[in-house]
Amino acid sequence: MAVLNVNPTRMELTNLKRKLVTARRGHKLLKDKRDELMRRFLDLVRENKALRIEVEEGIKQANVAMSVARCVMSDKALDVALMLPTQEMSLDVSEKNVMSVMIPVFDVKFKTANENDIYSYGFAETSGDLDTAVKALSDIMPKMIKLAEIEKSCRLMADEIEKTRRRVNALEHVMIPQYEDTIKYITMKLDENERSTTTRLMKVKDMMLAQAHNY
Amino acid sequence: MYKIAAMGDKDSIYGFASLGVSIFPVTDPAEGSHILRRLAENGYGVIYITEQLAEGMQDEIERYASRPLPSIVPVPGVRGNTGLGLDSVSKFVEKAVGSDILS
Repeated sequence: MAVLNVNPTRMELTNLKRKLVTARRGHKLLKDKRDELMRRFLDLVRENKALRIEVEEGIKQANVAMSVARCVMSDKALDVALMLPTQEMSLDVSEKNVMSVMIPVFDVKFKTANENDIYSYGFAETSGDLDTAVKALSDIMPKMIKLAEIEKSCRLMADEIEKTRRRVNALEHVMIPQYEDTIKYITMKLDENERSTTTRLMKVKDMMLAQAHNY
Repeated sequence: MYKIAAMGDKDSIYGFASLGVSIFPVTDPAEGSHILRRLAENGYGVIYITEQLAEGMQDEIERYASRPLPSIVPVPGVRGNTGLGLDSVSKFVEKAVGSDILS
């Protein structure tokens, strides 16, 4: 029995009872939060895994084409071809609140009107494999942005779940039993005091009667 | 308005340049950490790092783990896949659930 170090008084008892109610309500709320976070997290992490596998496969293919292009073209020609990109990507980031976890939401913006405007070179002096590589990367790019968003969300949610779980456990296994035990201890102590007062009074009454009437 | 960056060996990330992603060719993890810190402070929202490079600079990457931005994503480079990315997904699950229930 883990009893808090308090004076066994009626005021302390009232305070503790109030604290116990708060702790129970907090525990219930946190437990709900944990369960909901967990549900969303599992959905998200499954998506994350599938997306990652897809992205890694896409990049691998782009890299294969890139390697071929690198073999066919001279380093210099490749540098020249890719040195000045026509396209520029930027991100609009907004935040979404999922069970009080702030997760980022990315929105891609392209500089040029046509987002397929990805070839920064003339076709005359470059190999077709370079086109394939650039096209493959461009195809996988929206998924990569999505992956960045989801992976960050998963990471933040995992942190939050861990924190919430610790709080739930601390309330459930430490705080609430402690309060319950202390309340029981104070109640028993108060009852005991009351009984001892009654017996003392009875004893005093007996003694007074004996004195008055010489029983 | 945030920008997108790619870090890693030149061969792996060169293709991204044509898509309008800023590229930072670097192979040394110490130098990479330095660049990453600069990028994180200068308005880059997403940073892709090749797995080979990311492996050497986990400490630096961890620093940004609990912040909403930037999002740092390990991607496979030309020299193939080290599995670091999928491992990190397993790590999230392990952290949140207690054991890797997806694998």
